[in-house]
Amino acid sequence: MKQIRDQKSKIKGGFGKKIGEVVEASSAEFVAQCYKLDEAPPLGSIVKTQDNLAAIYGVVFDVETHSLEPGRRVVARGENLESEEDIFKANPQLARLLTTDFKVLVVGHVEGKSFRHYLPPKSASIHSFVYMCQLEEVGTFTQSMDFLSLIVNAKIDVPVDEVVAACLRHACQAHDDRVAFMVKAGKELARMFSGDANRLNSLLKRIK
Amino acid sequence: MTDRNSEEQTRLGVVVSGSLTRGVEVRLEPLVSVEDMAVGRYVAIEGAKHRFFGMITDVSLETVDPSVTITPPDVSDPFIAQVIAGTATYGKLRVLPMLTIGGEAASILEGPQPAKTVPAHFSVVNLASQRDVEVVFGAEDEKRFYVGTPLDMETKVCLDIAEFVKRSNGVFGKSGTGKTFLTRLLLVGMLQKNAAVSLVFDMHSEYGWEGKTEKGYKVKGLKQLFPSKVAIFTLDEESSKRRRVSTDVVVRIGYDEIEPEDIELLRQTLNLTEASAQTVYQLAREFGDRKWLEAVMNLNEDDSKQLIGRLNIHDSTYRNLRRGLENLRRFSFLVPRARENSVQRILEYLDRGINVILEFGRFDDFAAYILVANLLSRRIHARYRENSEREMGGEVAPSRPLVITIEEAHRFLSPEFSSQTIFGRIAREMRKYNVTLLVIDQRPSGIDGEIMSQLGTKITCLLDDERDLDSVLTGTSGKSELKSVLSKLETKQQALIFGHAVPMPVVIKTREYGTAESYKELGFLEASELKRKTEKDLEDLWA
Repeated sequence: MKQIRDQKSKIKGGFGKKIGEVVEASSAEFVAQCYKLDEAPPLGSIVKTQDNLAAIYGVVFDVETHSLEPGRRVVARGENLESEEDIFKANPQLARLLTTDFKVLVVGHVEGKSFRHYLPPKSASIHSFVYMCQLEEVGTFTQSMDFLSLIVNAKIDVPVDEVVAACLRHACQAHDDRVAFMVKAGKELARMFSGDANRLNSLLKRIK
Repeated sequence: MTDRNSEEQTRLGVVVSGSLTRGVEVRLEPLVSVEDMAVGRYVAIEGAKHRFFGMITDVSLETVDPSVTITPPDVSDPFIAQVIAGTATYGKLRVLPMLTIGGEAASILEGPQPAKTVPAHFSVVNLASQRDVEVVFGAEDEKRFYVGTPLDMETKVCLDIAEFVKRSNGVFGKSGTGKTFLTRLLLVGMLQKNAAVSLVFDMHSEYGWEGKTEKGYKVKGLKQLFPSKVAIFTLDEESSKRRRVSTDVVVRIGYDEIEPEDIELLRQTLNLTEASAQTVYQLAREFGDRKWLEAVMNLNEDDSKQLIGRLNIHDSTYRNLRRGLENLRRFSFLVPRARENSVQRILEYLDRGINVILEFGRFDDFAAYILVANLLSRRIHARYRENSEREMGGEVAPSRPLVITIEEAHRFLSPEFSSQTIFGRIAREMRKYNVTLLVIDQRPSGIDGEIMSQLGTKITCLLDDERDLDSVLTGTSGKSELKSVLSKLETKQQALIFGHAVPMPVVIKTREYGTAESYKELGFLEASELKRKTEKDLEDLWA
């Protein structure tokens, strides 16, 4: 454990808020479970997970709250109650029976001291912690727009363009000159969608 | 775009494709606006081994995806406009690589060399710097004369006058595009650099003493600027007097100097039939080459009848000829016997290195112009020819190169006449006998193609007739590209120069002529300054 902490301290940017833990992992994406119900990071935000080999960065592309037991469906309980909060007060077990998961698309990792905007050699470790990235780190990671191609080419159930737009809206807060950042990102997208002007148009409208 | 004069290099884009004949295509950088580009402007291309110097010949708008043109993006939003520029849409230049600068031994020793290849893919293209232009066109010196500046640049474009006068040259352009101003400059250049003496057939009397701009301002002619080096000859003394021009010689031409060839040349202007033009030769045989005109003019009715009976000439042919010849009577400069030999006088001046400008005064019609210009030039050319033959024999020193300036050249050099007039011969013989032409014309398509191809340097102002454009650019490499440049010239003070005296075609903004400052630059001193200079020279002499 100490080894991991030492490794972590070497990584630039430090750590943001701990929000969950990896419960399913593959090379291109991982699923993390939130520690608290409904407290998942926003769509498109950049998170990271760390094991003793490398820090892996990803973009949140799907958030799902569901019953812990696959066979038990959630049923409506608030018909005779005043507010939604009363439901949880009246049924304190609910917080234990439900869980919020978020899916993360891997968009880069750290090798040595530098960012690599491509898939890491090894997938994220199960049970490794997932942290929100601090703004400063988001800013450094998004200096290069190469990570966008990983999102654009991902095979996911959620509309890719929505994830791209959400990610850029999130990342631009980390840059002093937000307009310049968006123009740079827009130009990268324009190159990627050079054969599909309509898709580019609708995407640009979402990030301006 | 930043001010290119203050910044040495302005990056325009990179080479993406192309060929030597068609020119290379350059994709513009997103931040460079197509609106800042202009055909005719120079660029420098940084190839891997050579530095290329080229000219923009076309500017185009391109899109990556054709659907953008069908549903254009919302460019009213500055963000979208900024993103789209240079990515989904971009500007493209076509650049004709003309020269290579540096990089190889010949280029370092002898200056820029013609480009024989194209720069490699993605070579960086910059706007040519002032220095590049200087390297290519040279600085003003004892051989080079400053004629103008490239578009949007301050650098001087210089014409190698010594090379220029070695061949016949042409100045073309629609009327009102500045041919006369350009020609005045060229004449000043030849005079200043002492490269040749000029004989100008000044049809509208605008080179010698004084000309006028289109707006009616007066501009000084050559005699006013360089009184000791220019002589004004006139055919019409009264007109010169009215205009208060101090003329040096009044030219008179005797009937005996007119030869049958001269009449044949005037066939159209005198409205003669083919048969009557041929009759002239018959009459010349009858009366002798030198006497025929006077004799025919003085024939009365009876003598005429006898003559045509004897020579078997058809009556109507003879009448047509007489009517035509009667037209010559209105030319008061034609006299039965000239007191002095005009050709001799002109040659005397030319031998002394004095430029001769022959004013036509009121005789500014084609008949007089063609007759006099052809007649005098033929004699002068003959003398030069004789001289150069003697020179070959080692008898005499080579004569000073002579440049004969003719206006409305298509009248002399049309395919029909070019073989008959002396000008056709001069243009073909080139500098063999030290006589070359400076042809000024507004309708180059009327000039024999063979002659056009012999012209060394062509300077053309705006032309927009397809045939004229084709004729001027015959035999020039990059013809279609230059055509687009030429037809986009402004109507005033812009010209394209290409050929022998410049290393590559160049579009210039013609040097200023007509302001006090411009006269000063050309070496003209106002009376008070001249006096001061003379006094100083005297002081220096005695000191």
